[in-house]
Amino acid sequence: MKAVVSVMGIDRTGIIAKVSGCLYNHGVNILDINQTIMQNIFTMVMLVEFKDGSAEYNTVMTELDEIGREIGVDIRMQHEDIFNSMHRI
Amino acid sequence: MINSREIMETIKMIDDEHLDIRTITMGISLLDCIDSSAEKACEKIYEKITRLAKDLVKTGEDISRQYGIPIINKRISVTPISIVAGASDAENYVMFAETLDRAAKATGVNFIGGFSALVQKGFTKGDRILIESIPEALAKTERVCSSVGVASTKAGINMDAVKLMGRIIKKTAEITADNDSFGCAKLVVFSNAVEDNPFMAGAFHGVGEGDCVINVGVSGPGVVKAALSKVKGQDFGTVAETIKKTAFKITRMGQLVAQEASRRLDVPFGIVDLSLAPTPEVGDSVAYILEEMGLEKCGTHGTTAALALLNDAVKKGGVMASSYVGGLSGAFIPVSEDAGMIAAAECGTLTLDKLEAMTCVCSVGLDMIAVPGETPAETISAIIADEAAIGMINQKTTAVRIIPVVGKGVGESVEFGGLLGYAPIMPVHKESSAEFIDRGGRIPAPIHSLKN
Repeated sequence: MKAVVSVMGIDRTGIIAKVSGCLYNHGVNILDINQTIMQNIFTMVMLVEFKDGSAEYNTVMTELDEIGREIGVDIRMQHEDIFNSMHRI
Repeated sequence: MINSREIMETIKMIDDEHLDIRTITMGISLLDCIDSSAEKACEKIYEKITRLAKDLVKTGEDISRQYGIPIINKRISVTPISIVAGASDAENYVMFAETLDRAAKATGVNFIGGFSALVQKGFTKGDRILIESIPEALAKTERVCSSVGVASTKAGINMDAVKLMGRIIKKTAEITADNDSFGCAKLVVFSNAVEDNPFMAGAFHGVGEGDCVINVGVSGPGVVKAALSKVKGQDFGTVAETIKKTAFKITRMGQLVAQEASRRLDVPFGIVDLSLAPTPEVGDSVAYILEEMGLEKCGTHGTTAALALLNDAVKKGGVMASSYVGGLSGAFIPVSEDAGMIAAAECGTLTLDKLEAMTCVCSVGLDMIAVPGETPAETISAIIADEAAIGMINQKTTAVRIIPVVGKGVGESVEFGGLLGYAPIMPVHKESSAEFIDRGGRIPAPIHSLKN
């Protein structure tokens, strides 16, 4: 299953490290990554893949929520189908 | 791959523009719960609902979390209770309402619809008992919603039922007077009632439906308004195209959630209802869409045309996005649930008469309208008759959900709380309709109903 992880917030050191570290620890593969900083707002979009050895979706999501609170950025993970259904026929 | 701009667009719709799935409603047939003993029927009803819907709320929450889209309500609709209870020995159906309420609480849904009767052409014994039970049933239960179909294009208008419902609404208001006549907010009177509507308070599971089905209602007035703010001053072709594209995106999400809920619950997918359903939150208003089109205030001249365009474009955009479209499908204009409608009614621009005109071109009808508590039953019946006539002639669903708030008059307001919002008390005409309503009988079906 593929999901989109989006991170938004004030830029600071270690955002990518924290998020990608969490994904790595849970065996979630990063397929694509796109990052920009607009007017000091850090925006990162990742396409990730859950495989057989990956942790549970909810476990990863809970930990990402915690990281978001810890470093003061908004992190969300959403099944990729929501974007596919909305933007592709 | 989906690009970052598209991802951000979706996130913005959800975060800033209040895009959500308004409801996942499980329709459950109770025809196999019929029993000559009312107690046994109630036992069967409770068992069936709690068995089929036991995972409904959790599944909704799981989907919401996984896809990152809010799913506001999880609800249940059932076979009209007048049919189920009609075979029993009961002389009052309040116990059936209480059973539904218990089942709703056990499954965790916030509303259960189907304490209903369809009497567009006449009453059965069960219909009469059910309708007479409505005031007490709505007072004694928390989550049960009731609806009565009094007219259809095929059958005409049952004016005896229209007269009766005026009295029942007044009685419901009086019996729930301590709670600002809240019982009336859970009671809808329909013309051309639909069998697969997922929205409350008018949802019921029609007899033409299967045993169990999942219907989904989407929402997103805020998204449409935000899209229209980007085409300010452009012509109506552009306005319609913009609404269509937005409605397509909103509905695709509804379709996805409906299919996913259907798969996870192992229950067939019924329909997606393409309605724009407002909430009292600022930025989630149908009235503000109309104002975005260039009207200074909703209710002024031009409002009906604006609403007609909106309603049609929503359907055109949404219909291709879903494999099965049904329910009510159109823009809702519930006064108390829409910040822009509330503001327009408070300043007097939006009147009952203008709302009636608006119901000719959009979904449903006079919805969540608070009127003075002293409004006579005959006047309420006459308001219902007018709405029923619009539905009958235009071959569309219309409804009346009106709250004569006991002890309150024009200039005051009433607070229902939550999604039901608050409403200013709107004036009704003082001149009597009593002699008209007292005639009784049926208004015949219109000539264009004879299509065979």
